[in-house]
Amino acid sequence: MSDTPAPPIVEPAFDAVSAPGDLSQVPDFSHEEEIDAYRRMLLIRRFEEKAGQLYGMGDIGGYCHLYIGQEAVVVGLRMAARDGDQTITAYRDHGHMLSCGACPREVMAELAGRSGGVSKGKGGSMHMFSAAGRFFGGHGIVGASVPLGAGLAFANRYRGDGGVCWCFLGDGAASQGQVFETFALARSLSLPMVFVIENNSAEAAMEPGDAPVRPTDLAGRGAPFGIPGERVDGMDVGAVRAAGRRAALVARSGAGPVVLEMLTCRYRGHSMADPARYASRGNGPDRRTRSDPIEQVAARILASAAASGDELKAIDREVRAVVADAAESARQSPEPDARELTTDVVA
Amino acid sequence: MTEAEPITMPTPILMPALSPDQQEGKLARWLVRAGDRVRAGDVIAEIEADRSTMEIEATDDGTLVEILVPAGTLNVRASTPIALLNGVAVRVDGTGPETAGADADPVETGAAVPLAVGDEPASDGAFDHITLREALRDAMAEEMRRDAGVFLIGEQVGEGGGAHKAGQGLIEEFGAGRVLDTPIATQGFAGLAIGAAMAGLRPVVEFMSWSFASQAVDQIVNSAAKTRYRSGGEMSVPVVFRGPDGASSRAAAQHSQCFAAWYAHVPGLKVVAPSTPADAKGLLKAAIRDPDPVLVLESEALYAATGPVPRGEDVLVEIGRARIARPGRDVTIVGYGRAVTTALAAAELLAAEGIDAEVIDLRTLRPLDMATVVYSVERTNRIVTVEEAWPVCSIGSEVCARVAIEAFDHLDAPPAKVAGADVPMPYAANLERLALPDAAAVTAAVKAVLDV
Repeated sequence: MSDTPAPPIVEPAFDAVSAPGDLSQVPDFSHEEEIDAYRRMLLIRRFEEKAGQLYGMGDIGGYCHLYIGQEAVVVGLRMAARDGDQTITAYRDHGHMLSCGACPREVMAELAGRSGGVSKGKGGSMHMFSAAGRFFGGHGIVGASVPLGAGLAFANRYRGDGGVCWCFLGDGAASQGQVFETFALARSLSLPMVFVIENNSAEAAMEPGDAPVRPTDLAGRGAPFGIPGERVDGMDVGAVRAAGRRAALVARSGAGPVVLEMLTCRYRGHSMADPARYASRGNGPDRRTRSDPIEQVAARILASAAASGDELKAIDREVRAVVADAAESARQSPEPDARELTTDVVA
Repeated sequence: MTEAEPITMPTPILMPALSPDQQEGKLARWLVRAGDRVRAGDVIAEIEADRSTMEIEATDDGTLVEILVPAGTLNVRASTPIALLNGVAVRVDGTGPETAGADADPVETGAAVPLAVGDEPASDGAFDHITLREALRDAMAEEMRRDAGVFLIGEQVGEGGGAHKAGQGLIEEFGAGRVLDTPIATQGFAGLAIGAAMAGLRPVVEFMSWSFASQAVDQIVNSAAKTRYRSGGEMSVPVVFRGPDGASSRAAAQHSQCFAAWYAHVPGLKVVAPSTPADAKGLLKAAIRDPDPVLVLESEALYAATGPVPRGEDVLVEIGRARIARPGRDVTIVGYGRAVTTALAAAELLAAEGIDAEVIDLRTLRPLDMATVVYSVERTNRIVTVEEAWPVCSIGSEVCARVAIEAFDHLDAPPAKVAGADVPMPYAANLERLALPDAAAVTAAVKAVLDV
């Protein structure tokens, strides 16, 4: 394409959907739901900011992939999900854990490698699960969680329990071979699942404009397999929920899987170890101010007088308190007992 | 006790391609019957296609053990095994050498052959005399009847019962909802099964070959093996992966190889390798009931081996227990899978020379039952391991190393290892024979450690 440094691919794709904040996208969002979405997204935002701080202080090590900027995707889809549905994702999973009802203390303690973590400190950032929340990980190999998601959906079909599996993957993973194998299997078995491609246009090892092939139509990735897809403004939690409801209707009806391409934007680097030069080149602050998922909802709440500015500030204080408590609790939690080294290998 | 019929290692006769673009045909007529002696070049069957009729010739001298595809079958794909020819020299029965004694029942009924450690669940005393592939089928059928969460998934496992006919009759009994044919998406269906297991089902994945399963190593190693640990015990993966592993006659470099050491290396996996129909059934049933991922490494060459299998829905073979396949005093020979039959054949040859070898069938490769091996070495003071796998970092290497570490003071000679040649499997028949350990190689190794 052009030699200009501005990344040309991201913006047109994003402009193809409705402008951020378009209220017509959210006809059925009540005032209470707006406030609920605001609170849920803010919890993820503040939690991830704190996790970033703890990483900088050395309390969290290894890989730590933050979800800042993408909060509307998981929150909107959880609002579209039903009890009994499963969720599975890759390694950028903190927000998914929190959205599935995991305790912030236990998630933060896991990031810190402490005994109070959801995986007893043995899993870390990328390996978290919640049987009660029907969250099935937390998987560190790009693309590998996608066939697992098909297996979860298969179990729903096998049991006839009406559940749908929400299978999240990134735009990078969407080129892994096993994703296509899973498309073939999911279609041939008519699995009740939604492939949620979180397209943050920032495949880990690539920079916009560098790549010989950029994914431009991820919503259409399932088309050769007969799987319908929809491109969604993933920064607008209302649009996300609405698309999620449409997709779930199809998947739950027995008609088979659906692809949702969520156009979203991660503000930070791929992981805390990534300087994210690309994220500051057109994919970061500029888009952030225009389309930040939390700012959008706050603006709508204020415009509709669903809540006052003071009330939103009070929510923020509550959320900050929860996150501060989680961080403090994680710091206080002891490291796992040495005996845990050899437990949980096999039953 | 059924009379121990000597059987030999069968070689499959494959359906030929009629032409490069015609990969299917009708198996029109058999000119021989099971049990007939044939010579290389004898016409044994006729196949028909749209434009031609073709004769199939025996590839080797031997006895036709079993006809796998009956006359009149349409659309038989090229390379499908259509009959088994018994032409290789190692003579053993499915469970033990004839020299174990006509009155000795080699299956673990608690009767004649001493158990390595502990007790096996008793059957009602009745036996089925069946092939190993039938034993696998019976194991799956019984467990599917017992637990509605058990299902079978893989390529061609439905119609026809799988590439190796280990699932015959299952789709008829359980339907396509529980016997699932998949596209050729190996990594995909392996991962799907793991996800289903995480959701609480009990999948049995059939790989046409463990060579093909190499496409699914990431799912087996990263997704299945580690999930219990990385979730701190929150999640488990009760999945079974099974299929033929090891040497496969004339299948050459990419289809004929042993993955035992690869998977036995991985914490979180359990790995079993049955050498008899009884163990195949008992181990597979135990694997299906196990709460962790279990890999069943079968031997293609043993699918047609017959032997007595104790009846009883709850007759399991405990994972992690080796078996003394032949008691002896002078030397311990340790093997797994088809190498056990090689070891038993060697033990017979040695017996004729007055050497009394004890043969241990490991049965489980992870966790290894070193207690049984060490117990044996404490009595015999010598050990030889036998395997078809490559020698570097092999199961035999591990057994030898641990015997040296755990039973050094009992050894009267350095451990010896007999393994496959350290090369990709050659295609040429003579080279293939050279690449695999035979009874003569084992007897030579035994004599070396005995210094005779």
